[in-house]
Amino acid sequence: MYIYDSYDKQMLQDRITQYRDQTKRFLAGELSNEQFLPLRLQNGLYIQRLAPMLRVAIPYGCLSSNQLRKLASIARDYDKGYAHFSTRQNIQYNWPILEQTPDLLAELAEVEMHAIQTSGNCIRNTTTDQFAGVAVGEIEDSRPWCEIIRQWSTFHPEFAYLPRKFKIAVCGTPNDQAATQVHDIGLYIKKNKDGEVGFQVLVGGGLGRTPVIGAEICEFLPWQHLLTYLDAIMRVYNRFGRRDNKYKARIKILVKAIGADAFREKVEAEWQHDKEGPATLSQEEVDRCKSFFTDPDYQTLDDSDSEINAQLEKDLLFSHWMERNVVAHKKPGYRIVTLCLKETGVAPGDASDRQMEFVADLAEKYSFSEVRVTHEQNLVLTDVRLQDLYVLYQGCKQEALATPYVGLINDIVCCPGGDFCSLANAKSIPIAESIQRRFEDFDIQKNIGDLTLNISGCMNACGHHHVGNIGILGVDKKGSEFYQVTLGGSADRDAAIGKVLGPSFAQAEMPDVIEKIINVYLEKRQDSESFIATYNRIGIEPYKEKVYADAD
Amino acid sequence: MPTLIKDGQVIENTWVLIGKESDLSSVLSHASEQVLVPLSLWQEHKSDLQASEKAIGVWLDSDDDTYELGSDALELPLIALNFPVFMDGRSYSSAAILRQRIGYKGELRAVGEILRDQLFYMKKCGINSFEISDSVKLEDALAAFSDFSNNYQSTIEDPLPLFRRR
Ligand code: SF4
Repeated sequence: MYIYDSYDKQMLQDRITQYRDQTKRFLAGELSNEQFLPLRLQNGLYIQRLAPMLRVAIPYGCLSSNQLRKLASIARDYDKGYAHFSTRQNIQYNWPILEQTPDLLAELAEVEMHAIQTSGNCIRNTTTDQFAGVAVGEIEDSRPWCEIIRQWSTFHPEFAYLPRKFKIAVCGTPNDQAATQVHDIGLYIKKNKDGEVGFQVLVGGGLGRTPVIGAEICEFLPWQHLLTYLDAIMRVYNRFGRRDNKYKARIKILVKAIGADAFREKVEAEWQHDKEGPATLSQEEVDRCKSFFTDPDYQTLDDSDSEINAQLEKDLLFSHWMERNVVAHKKPGYRIVTLCLKETGVAPGDASDRQMEFVADLAEKYSFSEVRVTHEQNLVLTDVRLQDLYVLYQGCKQEALATPYVGLINDIVCCPGGDFCSLANAKSIPIAESIQRRFEDFDIQKNIGDLTLNISGCMNACGHHHVGNIGILGVDKKGSEFYQVTLGGSADRDAAIGKVLGPSFAQAEMPDVIEKIINVYLEKRQDSESFIATYNRIGIEPYKEKVYADAD
Repeated sequence: MPTLIKDGQVIENTWVLIGKESDLSSVLSHASEQVLVPLSLWQEHKSDLQASEKAIGVWLDSDDDTYELGSDALELPLIALNFPVFMDGRSYSSAAILRQRIGYKGELRAVGEILRDQLFYMKKCGINSFEISDSVKLEDALAAFSDFSNNYQSTIEDPLPLFRRR
């Protein structure tokens, strides 16, 4: 993990002092609501339906055990004993008190954490694949590059007041788990024929009201130029992005309006000046950042374990868990374990203080004291020895962290929705629960197989519903809560935006609707075809017919 | 009257900024000897303005294209950048372009809604004088320039990014 030096620490302290002063001036009436708004937002603080919401950054989803313990104690001391892991690999507290937020941030700083630029019209937390550094067949570990981008984007003086929020994702794994193509900037790490590292640069991807897959503007950007090129993109966006209409202010609208080619030309024109300038990355800096992400002390191990095999025979639930939540690791004898935060009846992504502490301990004991947060709102232990899996599993079971749902229908991605969020059109958490109850039986889920189901409470699409194989969007229909369903979305390397099935449904209808969709799939699938493969083959019509025919 | 801070000192503002609706004659007949004219007026009447006895500066609105001023900038004693509302961040880029691309070395002034919490970033982008909004306390404004002890990026003020100085 990256470790702060005296510079990082000092700048973080400066920020806390600044924010403390801003809050004081606001409470003293020296700053208006309107003036305080962007300042608190750039420190992660929203005013929500019931209370403020504080979003804390988890840079590219990486946490140490100590940091997770701190997040747990903050949940206990400043909140109601739980917190929510978001689809941006961040964590959100729903009940902090404004007056206490400077103290809360000071506590976070003790473990080198913060809420800087987690909201507002600025460059947000950079996200990446949760398996970075341990995935099989990885092209290159994305974490050092994310850290380089984190530093560049933190307190960037030119880009703190952009037309709209700005999100960057980096991916260096063969299976994109970072939804890279639906980010304002998506960076795929590549190697050229000489083995040199560079980036394929996509711009203008995004969800929200106008979902778009990013367009390539650079096929291979040599790594030295990463920051100067990003500066050029940001400058073009800052100058030409629309500011008259917040729904048209994201970079995707600009790229659409002028076309990817014209956008590229503008970027290139800006970039020419800076290309070899002082912001050009040096080998020393890349090496410095890479030095924080070297392999831990792996043991030389066999890639099979007779005791684990025996347990797999005996313990059916364990075998389910192994099948869904555990994947191969680049080192023999190690596995990557996903702890699913999707227990039915608990809001997806929520974790209690106790669960967080438990995971922190597990990581310390079994996974080199590191935890990852996924954009599917789960937690990951990246480096667990195969031989430790059964003990670890049993512990997780006790803490309601062993649901074997990963990648199945009940591994629902869901925003906080109308229960918490003041922007919501509709609740999302109860929809998730009603669907989870319908598909509770593991065998049913397993039979359905790989499937992503995403729910957002409004067009802002925090639940990434457009890229769910099944997407659910809360809409307002004459003052009551309705739900629109989309099919065929995908967030991986073959990213696709889902298509709307048809008129929306009432809350009570939703489990039936989803079940009908699933039944069409089960009827039509060939061999071991996945949900999305079947959909891509047969299109939306059969689903439409089934769902709406019965409704007539 | 908004307070003017230049290079960390409070100074008297001797310049008058005239709006976009003004014409050439209103500039030439203006009582003040130092006038900031909008970009459009400058473009239209450049030679007349250059020939005038007055000191002429140009102000750019946030949606003006800085590159249109181009090398004209190099002759000017003052350029002002408007921040119509503090949330409008375009003029940060205009400042950077003037300093970095066009090579303007003279006084670069922030006008409009200039609040305490934006001053540090403005300075980093190469702005060196600030017409502070009335609501801001002077001592707060002066303190703002040292809000942060360092910065990660290459900026106009310190072109070497932190990674080259660490
Ligand atoms: S999608 Fe809408 S309702 Fe859900 S968290 Fe985002 S803004 Fe709130």
